[in-house]
Amino acid sequence: MSVPAVHEFGYWWHRYRRTWRGTAVISIANPLLFVTALGFGLGRLVDERNSAYLHGGSYLAFIGPGLLAASAMQMGFIHGSGPVFQSARVGGNYRAAVTTPMEPSDIFTGHLLFTAFRATLDSAAILLVLLVFGAASPAALPGAVLTALAFATPISAYAVSTDRPAKLSALFRFVIMPLYMFSGTFFPAEQLPGPLRALVWLSPLWHGTELCRGSGPIVIHVLVLLALIVAGYLAGRRSYTRRLTA
Amino acid sequence: MNHTGALVSARGLTKIYEGPPEHVAVGGIDFDVRRGEAFGFLGPNGAGKSTTMRMIGCVSPRSGGELTILGHDAARDRRTIKARLGSVPQDDTLDTELTVEENILIYGRYFGLRRDVIRERTDRLLEFARLTDKRASRVQDLSGGMRRRLTIARSLVNEPDLLLLDEPTTGLDPQARHLLWERLFRLKQDGVTLILTTHYMDEAEQLCDRLAVMDGGRIVAHGSPRELIERYVTREVLELRFPLDRHEQAAEKARGIGERIEVLPDRLLCYTSDGEAALEEAGRRGLDPLTALVRRSGLEDVFLTLTGRTLIE
Amino acid sequence: MSAAVLVERNLMIYKHTWYVLLAEIFEPILYLLSIGVGIGVLVGSVTGVTGGSPVRYAAFVAPALLATAAMNGAMNETTFLMFGKLKTDRTYESMLATPLSERDVALGEIAWAVLRGTLVSLAFLAVITALGLVESPWAILVVPGAALIAFAFATAGVVVVTFLRDWQDMQYIQLVMLPMFLFATTFYPLSVYPRPVQLVVQWLPLYQSIELLRNPALGVLSPRILVAAVYLAAMGALCLTVAVRRLGRTLAA
Repeated sequence: MSVPAVHEFGYWWHRYRRTWRGTAVISIANPLLFVTALGFGLGRLVDERNSAYLHGGSYLAFIGPGLLAASAMQMGFIHGSGPVFQSARVGGNYRAAVTTPMEPSDIFTGHLLFTAFRATLDSAAILLVLLVFGAASPAALPGAVLTALAFATPISAYAVSTDRPAKLSALFRFVIMPLYMFSGTFFPAEQLPGPLRALVWLSPLWHGTELCRGSGPIVIHVLVLLALIVAGYLAGRRSYTRRLTA
Repeated sequence: MNHTGALVSARGLTKIYEGPPEHVAVGGIDFDVRRGEAFGFLGPNGAGKSTTMRMIGCVSPRSGGELTILGHDAARDRRTIKARLGSVPQDDTLDTELTVEENILIYGRYFGLRRDVIRERTDRLLEFARLTDKRASRVQDLSGGMRRRLTIARSLVNEPDLLLLDEPTTGLDPQARHLLWERLFRLKQDGVTLILTTHYMDEAEQLCDRLAVMDGGRIVAHGSPRELIERYVTREVLELRFPLDRHEQAAEKARGIGERIEVLPDRLLCYTSDGEAALEEAGRRGLDPLTALVRRSGLEDVFLTLTGRTLIE
Repeated sequence: MSAAVLVERNLMIYKHTWYVLLAEIFEPILYLLSIGVGIGVLVGSVTGVTGGSPVRYAAFVAPALLATAAMNGAMNETTFLMFGKLKTDRTYESMLATPLSERDVALGEIAWAVLRGTLVSLAFLAVITALGLVESPWAILVVPGAALIAFAFATAGVVVVTFLRDWQDMQYIQLVMLPMFLFATTFYPLSVYPRPVQLVVQWLPLYQSIELLRNPALGVLSPRILVAAVYLAAMGALCLTVAVRRLGRTLAA
């Protein structure tokens, strides 16, 4: 890692120290509210039926890791879209950073490091509560962080070069939300009808969810997420350079 | 019409923003605006010009005094008065998602005008604002000068008796300003009464028949630009500039040249009826300025004399 | 009525950005397919909802998602979008320079929020009818029902927006809306809760909104519909009075 990237990390760390209370509400309270309402409330209806799809487990134990992965994806989107777009605008902080000895790739790397740091911190907080509920295993943490980065990296690469915030909200509505709904977060993907079941392999969130649940071929899930991170990183180095030094 | 025959008449007009801290934005001013004239409020930022304009526009209620507009009380008959006003606020408040034409259409609808009436006027307004070929463009794609002209065109959709312009050319490049001045001058010739605020001397001199010079929420002087200059300053000014380390010393030496000396942070102004003579006198006293300039006095000098400060700080 | 010109303005704007409304229907449909249909497989049917026979889970969830969509659409219009017009675009400043009054602005924006809430609910009703999730012709009552929900929340939104200081404050709205969405019997019947919790939940405006739509959608003509309608009408009327007064003061400042 190049040292200048640390400066970019430092910038975001400084901002975070002032604003962490507000952001914690969004990123931590949100999944915990869902776990409570769905795991406990809806769980009562689900567990009465004892569906074969859940293999004898409770709905709470099913949805806990699912929501952990889904909120990691949301973190990846939140940190990789808005702040990157704002920073790359005229007058944004990337514009100031690029006039220092930092290269665009350092800025990208430093910002990603901060996202990884935030995702680890917030996921750990969520996981801690899930552990108290008995709704997840501590081994789910690396899966959550990988999921967050698998989204944050390519999304940053895109967000730095986009010209309108409307494109980012469209990305959320039409890509992130459908992934959230159909990647095995709320119900097992095996329930999906045949052709859709094959499609779920294309969903990075599904791999992240499986990883957090500790089910299926773990090596493949990890490789898929790593591939996204590497591809996003290579694309991002180019798009950051193109946007910030043009 | 009231007894003064004025279109707008203010007596002891006051605006106090309830605190904390309490702030007196306009501290009891009197003025009359006559039909067909261009009346200007000249003053630096924070002088109370915009607040005064907002009270005339019936969007900010007064705290005290009297304000009569087009023969109606500003507090009692807001709707009636506003129907006959045109208003150009300091910042353009156009609908950026809409097209140029749609902006005029919806604004006309706010006045309750029929769509066919607005459409018929739109052609003329776009012509006037030189925006005919931008008719179907979205406002977000227009330049600053075009937006300003659209705001003015829009404000004319109800064919107002009185047009209020708050800092009409602030933030525009020189070319766009001159085009705007020319359009406003044309309006005045068509008989529209204009009230405008500005902190540009050239704008006040170009456009205004009469001026009220404002400072700290009060009117410190009024009259036509020529009257103000004749009343408060000499005919000419000698401007002398020295190296900064000799500035104070030079100010000391120059004392007594002309009728009055104004010491600014970066130059000396000698007010005199004969600039050339004053310059000779400076030479005789052994003053050796970096630059020396003789010019006619202007409104900037009026303001400096009245308040001891420059207009743009 | 001069407030109607605000509806005209919004129609003009949405002529350019109609896809925003489309996206607003897209989200509840996603929820319906995922939670209603997907979780429906795990849940089967819900019993003891309306005193009648068991109900398919998707049919149970659909009217609740519609109530939520009507609520969110109206609130979004009078909080998020209205705050932008107040602080960033200063749209209302240009309106108040014309014969329009502060009162016209408040009434006009609320009228528009109700209209768009009704439009969104019509579209959603068409979708759930197509999916075979409508149990009774009485389901048509959800359209005026959704309009009433939009009215209650639009007026509440105007009251809220007059208290907001900056964009950061917007997250406090989320902090109230999200738990309400999750706990107001959207995804499971009231009977899941212990009695004391039930009493609290029944006071939530979204709970009453869901009651207003779920009963007719499932073909149950219960007096609870009337209770919910009175609750929301009273909430809307109260908020309207406060909204007009407070917005008037905010705009005149």
